[in-house]
Amino acid sequence: MNASYHLEEITHWYGERQVLSVAQLQIRSGEILALVGPSGAGKSTLLRLLNFLEWPTGGRLYFGDHLVTPALSLEQKRRVVGVFQRPGLLHRSVVANIGYGVQLRGRVPDPSLLQQWLDRLGLGPLAQQAAAKLSAGEGQRVALARALIIQPDVLLLDEPTANLDPYNVGLIEQIVREEQAQRKMTVVWVTHDLFQARRVAHRVALMVGGQIVEVGEREAFFNRPQSEVAAAFLRGELVYG
Amino acid sequence: METLIQATGEAIRLLFRFDAELRGILALTLQVTGGALFLAVLLGVPVGAWMGLRNRVPLAGCLLPLIYTGMGLPPVVVGLFVYLFLSNQGILGDLRWLFTPRAMILAQTIIALPLVIGLTLTAVQAVDPAVRLQVQSLGATRWQLTWAVLSEARQGMLAAIVAAFGSIISEVGAVMLVGGNIEGQTRVLTTAIVLETRKGNFALALALGIILLSLAFITNWALYRWQGVKR
Repeated sequence: MNASYHLEEITHWYGERQVLSVAQLQIRSGEILALVGPSGAGKSTLLRLLNFLEWPTGGRLYFGDHLVTPALSLEQKRRVVGVFQRPGLLHRSVVANIGYGVQLRGRVPDPSLLQQWLDRLGLGPLAQQAAAKLSAGEGQRVALARALIIQPDVLLLDEPTANLDPYNVGLIEQIVREEQAQRKMTVVWVTHDLFQARRVAHRVALMVGGQIVEVGEREAFFNRPQSEVAAAFLRGELVYG
Repeated sequence: METLIQATGEAIRLLFRFDAELRGILALTLQVTGGALFLAVLLGVPVGAWMGLRNRVPLAGCLLPLIYTGMGLPPVVVGLFVYLFLSNQGILGDLRWLFTPRAMILAQTIIALPLVIGLTLTAVQAVDPAVRLQVQSLGATRWQLTWAVLSEARQGMLAAIVAAFGSIISEVGAVMLVGGNIEGQTRVLTTAIVLETRKGNFALALALGIILLSLAFITNWALYRWQGVKR
């Protein structure tokens, strides 16, 4: 299977503070990789690097065959889309928000496609409503539709279901899994919820103190952790780097 | 109380007559305030937006306190400085702008500019960082990101323009000093109100006051409506 991302000796610093030190990580094309770990482990920072929102301080990050540098082409950058814990909706209608990413690419959103996404995420009756008036769950569904309508090759999810009710969590997980299975899209899903990681992921990576301490197939990761740190994390013990 | 009632009746009659003098004062007020607002927006919105879009404002330590001080500039002090610059001995004396509408526009632009810059800067900085992050993540170019942030800040930027308009339409100190309140040339609503009150022409002063208030209300109402439509 082709690597969607390949990380070698990646380091990342904020001023004097080192926040990432990833010796090696492969993210396979067409997989759902859950990134778990305690708060402050560097999961969101890693996601920002994968989203080309920041550039690693050291090491090599490959996206497919492309070495990631600030000179990475817009075409490559646009193959990747993120959905974050806060949906970051624009002061526009729901339907305008969903079509926004398409507009950024210089195209007019196809009305039938918009309607399809509105219906699929249960947003049909809210299409013309101001996005600012949506509930948290509705807002996050809009953010997901806005990302998926673009048909990205890579979807990066940074705790998109944190603080949502079970209905919205279930719907978002279902849509992501359906799309991933249908289009073989690569998904990196940052979550604090180990049950969610177990429900959605093909593989799981544990980050602690800016490092990847264990990566494994889902069942192997949960049933036979290789490291003491991973075993402690799965037992619910806090793990600090 | 009786004087007020009589004056109000007379003011209403004057408003209905809407004679040449009244029309002239109103036209000059709109010209001066409109001109100053146009210049302040033309200069202030790009500067404020540029500063707001940057993660770090250059010389922020002294620039921002200067802008915030400028937002509370006493108009009469601005008028005094503009007077000194434009007077025959001043460095801009050769322009011969003193006691002309140009001097009044200059003074009012200086009053409005820090307001427009400061409030635009605040509006742009207040845009939710989650929106910036999401727009970037969706693959926006630098210009698309800038446009998205400014578009999100539009209500705050409109408030900046409304605040600047309110501060200069009602301002009297600076325009009195640099304009001289010359009949038919530099007399605007506020300076005319001061003059007519001093002369005891309360009816005319009140009529001018009603026009000034109406003008401010209509402008703010129109901007509010536009803001509502955009929202």
